[in-house]
Amino acid sequence: MAANMFVVPQTQGTVLCCKCGILMAPNPANMCVTCLRCEVDITEGLRKHVTIMHCPECDCYLQPPRTWLKAQLESKELLTYCVKRLETDLKKVRLVNAEFIWTEPHSKRIKVKLKVQKKALNGAILEQSYVVEYVQQDHMCESCTRFQANPDQWVASVQLRQCVSHRRTFFYLEQVILKHDAAVHAIKIKQMDRGIDFFFGNNSHALKFVEFLGKVVPTDKGKRSQQLVSHDTKNNSYNYKYTYSVEISPICREDLICLPPRFAVSLGNFGPLVICTRVTNNITLLDPFTLRQCFLDRDQFWRYSFKSLLSSRQLVEYDVFNVEVVSPEYNVGGCKYVIADVEVARVNNYSKLFCVRTHLGHILKPGDRALGYDLYGVNSNDNELDKYIDLVVPDVILIKKSYEEKRQKKRGKPRPWKLKSLNMELDESSEEKMGLEYEEFLRDLEENPELRFNLSLYRDRDYQPSEIASMADDDDDVPSVPLEELLADLELSDVEDGEDSMRE
Amino acid sequence: MVIYAGLQFENSCEVGVFSKLTNAYCLVAIGGSENFYSAFESELADVIPVVKTSIAGTRIIGRLCAGNKNGLLVPHNTTDQELQHLRNSLPDQVVVQRIEEKLSALGNCIACNDHVALTHTDLDKETEEIIADVLGVEVFRQTIAGNILVGSYCALSNRGGLVHPHTSIEDLDELSTLLQVPLVAGTINRGSEVIAAGMTVNDWMAFCGSDTTATELSVIESVFKLREAQPTAIVEEMRKSLIDSYV
Repeated sequence: MAANMFVVPQTQGTVLCCKCGILMAPNPANMCVTCLRCEVDITEGLRKHVTIMHCPECDCYLQPPRTWLKAQLESKELLTYCVKRLETDLKKVRLVNAEFIWTEPHSKRIKVKLKVQKKALNGAILEQSYVVEYVQQDHMCESCTRFQANPDQWVASVQLRQCVSHRRTFFYLEQVILKHDAAVHAIKIKQMDRGIDFFFGNNSHALKFVEFLGKVVPTDKGKRSQQLVSHDTKNNSYNYKYTYSVEISPICREDLICLPPRFAVSLGNFGPLVICTRVTNNITLLDPFTLRQCFLDRDQFWRYSFKSLLSSRQLVEYDVFNVEVVSPEYNVGGCKYVIADVEVARVNNYSKLFCVRTHLGHILKPGDRALGYDLYGVNSNDNELDKYIDLVVPDVILIKKSYEEKRQKKRGKPRPWKLKSLNMELDESSEEKMGLEYEEFLRDLEENPELRFNLSLYRDRDYQPSEIASMADDDDDVPSVPLEELLADLELSDVEDGEDSMRE
Repeated sequence: MVIYAGLQFENSCEVGVFSKLTNAYCLVAIGGSENFYSAFESELADVIPVVKTSIAGTRIIGRLCAGNKNGLLVPHNTTDQELQHLRNSLPDQVVVQRIEEKLSALGNCIACNDHVALTHTDLDKETEEIIADVLGVEVFRQTIAGNILVGSYCALSNRGGLVHPHTSIEDLDELSTLLQVPLVAGTINRGSEVIAAGMTVNDWMAFCGSDTTATELSVIESVFKLREAQPTAIVEEMRKSLIDSYV
């Protein structure tokens, strides 16, 4: 019915402003805007001068009572902070717009122009802009003060240890930490004998780091100890220094392990002599003769906490004479294995020929070199092995193929990729030994793609492939890192100095 | 003086609420101080009777009653004593009538001069007839700027009228044609839209509240044509016509 009604068009009349008498359209106050503005000042009672605290060291602003906000001059964060400081005032009016007015950076003044709306007399809504001036007072924030007083001051530390004679795990761990930026909050990192110490300014950072470690390597739960530093009797608060002691399992890749009898039985008569093929936060064990694989997570491992029988330092070189494939190719957890009977002899003692079964039938050919454990000649002092009465111990267990000869040709040739390193305080006494181990670690990376999975390898800009190398590349037996896996390095001017440190 | 500006009734500048001014009489509320009454008395005493009264026991007499020179209408809750007092004090040709009407604030519902009246749209038919009869006017049901309380938003005399400031031009033209007087949209008491509450007017005199600005006063003066009007001239005219009829 409303649609059919005839509605007279209404045009707005004009009225005289009750104060100044100029013609204007009627509004709720019936005063022209100028008169209204003279009459009513909606910014009355709002603060026009505010003091804010600024830390000159880290360029942060204090948000009382305790938070420090990092913000650049004339940035969005600073504008949000300035408006937030006026929160109580802005409850009375409605904020429409806020922007900065330029001030000299050294003047320690920040000016913000705010546009506000408020209901004036008779229901008219008035809009007005006004300028608020912030005086910046310099005041060092607590973390900077603490740092200034004692730069080495730490609150929590994590002591990471592994009771093995090599540092392969720590090289690998260093790369994983770099990839995930887990040690970003660490104040200091110190290399110790058989481990690394990390120092943090905050207990929660240390806890987070311990959790991170538990996810990448098989560690135990970690023990915590605390030391009382100071005690405020008035408000009953205590200041502690915390130390977390974390131990990594001594089982490493390529280790030969003899499992305790009860454990072997609980896994379903898993052959007591096993090789460890992979260590992440789980340990992967492979029985080389039956190609059975087993995963141990850290709780299971630390319940039995066995040691390895022989580790990669005790690997011996063998020459392969004859290979007889016994089984078809099996795919065990992503890796292909073929069981074969081989005839091998030690490189420095050709007199004795061993006929052994091995799982490396897929890569070994007569004339190859292989690395393995010499159980015939070794004198092992292991409790677990003694418990097995009927065990037939093979003479040799082969672990991997050796590319040593081919590497001789490439000796001294630079690699096309490089790794970054953590900012560590090094232990000077063991530098030379570390150099060799690092070289082995790099070779390990080249040979094993699954190791590289968790790390970031960067393209070396200084690498120039020489002519000789291109000729030798025809025989491409030597595994190397394919170019697609390399990351282009970010060129930041103040990146850490260790960029070019390939420890030679 | 043609406009008495600066009036206050007990510190309120709403003059039209506490008084009613017509060409034949003036009603004033009983207030704390005598200043309000004496303002009216000083201007009007020798021309028309100024009567102090209350209606229904209240002081807001300007909004409760409606009248012109011919009569006065009071609401149903007026007491008998008040009615008697009014009948006694006012001139004999003014008919005082109490009407039974649901809308008892007659001053808010009826805006009238001596010839024509605008009323609230929901007024009873009988009331309309009584108005036409007692006040001797033509009655029109209207709204002003969408408001049905025509008596509050319009101040009317025989020479002009002031209406709510938001009245559109078409409405102004229509009302002007009905009322046969020039109309202007304006404000009173520093931008207040309730015109009739802020002032009271007859053909030669206007009384405005203390907050009224100079601009508003000049508008009032021009639309009600107060500058040329002098009381003696009008009353003379009336007397002449009276004498005529007597003869």
